[in-house]
Amino acid sequence: MSNIFNFTPTVLKNLFHKPVTKNYPAEPAQYPERSRGHIEIDIDECISCGMCVRSCPTGCLAVDRNEGTWTINRFDCIACGYCTLKCPKKCLHLTPGYQTPGPQKKEAVYQKSPEVLEAERKKAAEAAAKAAAAKAAAAAKAAAAKAAAEQAQPAAESAAAAKE
Amino acid sequence: MGKRSVVPFGPQHPVLPEPVHLDLVIEDEKIVEAVPSIGFVHRGLESLIAKKDYNEMVYVAERTCGICSFMHGMAYVESIESIMNVEVPDRAKFLRTIWAEMSRIHSHLLWLGLLADAFGYESLFYQCWRIRENVLDLIELSTGGRVIFSVNKVGGVIKDMDSDMLAHFLRELDKIEEEIREIQKTFLLDYSVETRLKGVGYLSKQQAHDLGCVGPFGRASGLPSDTRTRGYEAYPQIDFEPIVSEIGDSYARCECRILELYQSIDIIRQAIAKIPDGELSVQVKGNPDGEVFTRVEQPRGEAIYYVKGEGKANLNRLRIRTPTFANLPGLCETLKGADYADVPILILTIDPCISCTER
Repeated sequence: MSNIFNFTPTVLKNLFHKPVTKNYPAEPAQYPERSRGHIEIDIDECISCGMCVRSCPTGCLAVDRNEGTWTINRFDCIACGYCTLKCPKKCLHLTPGYQTPGPQKKEAVYQKSPEVLEAERKKAAEAAAKAAAAKAAAAAKAAAAKAAAEQAQPAAESAAAAKE
Repeated sequence: MGKRSVVPFGPQHPVLPEPVHLDLVIEDEKIVEAVPSIGFVHRGLESLIAKKDYNEMVYVAERTCGICSFMHGMAYVESIESIMNVEVPDRAKFLRTIWAEMSRIHSHLLWLGLLADAFGYESLFYQCWRIRENVLDLIELSTGGRVIFSVNKVGGVIKDMDSDMLAHFLRELDKIEEEIREIQKTFLLDYSVETRLKGVGYLSKQQAHDLGCVGPFGRASGLPSDTRTRGYEAYPQIDFEPIVSEIGDSYARCECRILELYQSIDIIRQAIAKIPDGELSVQVKGNPDGEVFTRVEQPRGEAIYYVKGEGKANLNRLRIRTPTFANLPGLCETLKGADYADVPILILTIDPCISCTER
């Protein structure tokens, strides 16, 4: 009959031990540093390349390059962290703290600051102008080369005729 | 001879965490035959390969199961790596081994708790899950997730463990081992537990072999099948023997799993002692072209991954055979001749994971 008291030491220990559970929410939950809670973005670092959108397994992200916005549906996000690996600027990161429940599946929209957006547009316009100029220069060069070739051809033909 | 009648058991039943349906043909209080049917939670994970590229599928494969999630992810990346002939760095192999064994400990403690709950020992159930909580804390500390680790990628792992964290693991594992030793006495020696487990649901070695039982369920019947001896990841460099019992009843299955807890702790200690420095992952380029079968030992037994790629970003075929699926015929055999009141315990002794069976 000694085999019925195996659990007694555990029971006695339990009686005089403080609870192992936390008195949440009075005592806040502690998350480790690596906890995959939710995705955060440094929106002004973002170059709107859309790599995160293409890599997301659940398709919860959206990027608008013209508006300078980055949108996440946090209720669809599974916090796998694949976008943080794919981001070329490393402006996405996982931070502790889980998504809180809500009455609606609202999307969170992050907007770039006007200065950054303006600077980006200026840069894009400059790049476009530069590209257009380069294209025009290349076209002019090609036209000149063609004209030169046309001039050279009759001369070559006449030279060949003279040889005959 | 009494009158035969059919009692439907499940898919909704207080002891069943997941939906499986059994038609139990009973004669008086004895089961004559059990006919299982599954298909209540089919999720179609395998067909997602048509939409996700093979790197994204790691996160889908991981979500096949909510308990052995890490091992599903590991089996998947191992399949892709063997198709593409990627040599994974040693450190990544050791880290994968440590995390795999951590998830085995958490799965077995969960099972012990559920078993205690099934035979009505609620306070023992609390104790098992209290210990499991410490294991989950360690997992969260090292990977960032409690159940879904998301640390695997094709070519290696994403996160590292520094020496401080490994030392912390060793300290915590000592405490966990001590706590398991304390509750082990209740599981293996207690009079009331013995009456519920000993001699219940006997399965002979021959039957286990013929029905293709895997994992602790097969090993408790004397079948020495442990896929870890196949030597994947860091297991070739670790010294361990499959834990086998010759008894074959529910008590033996419980004992096997308790001994496996110590074995897993021992494997982690060996892995931490031998872990080399170096890279965490290698760059993988191109798409998988070819097919492969991969077998890994999960807490419930052997899981088989069949992966076929045709040189495109999307795989051509993915097929997962989970250990619960292999153990269902064995379960129906053990149910024959059992008392109706023992059905919940017998279903639990295969450690059913129905949702991963249906993928």
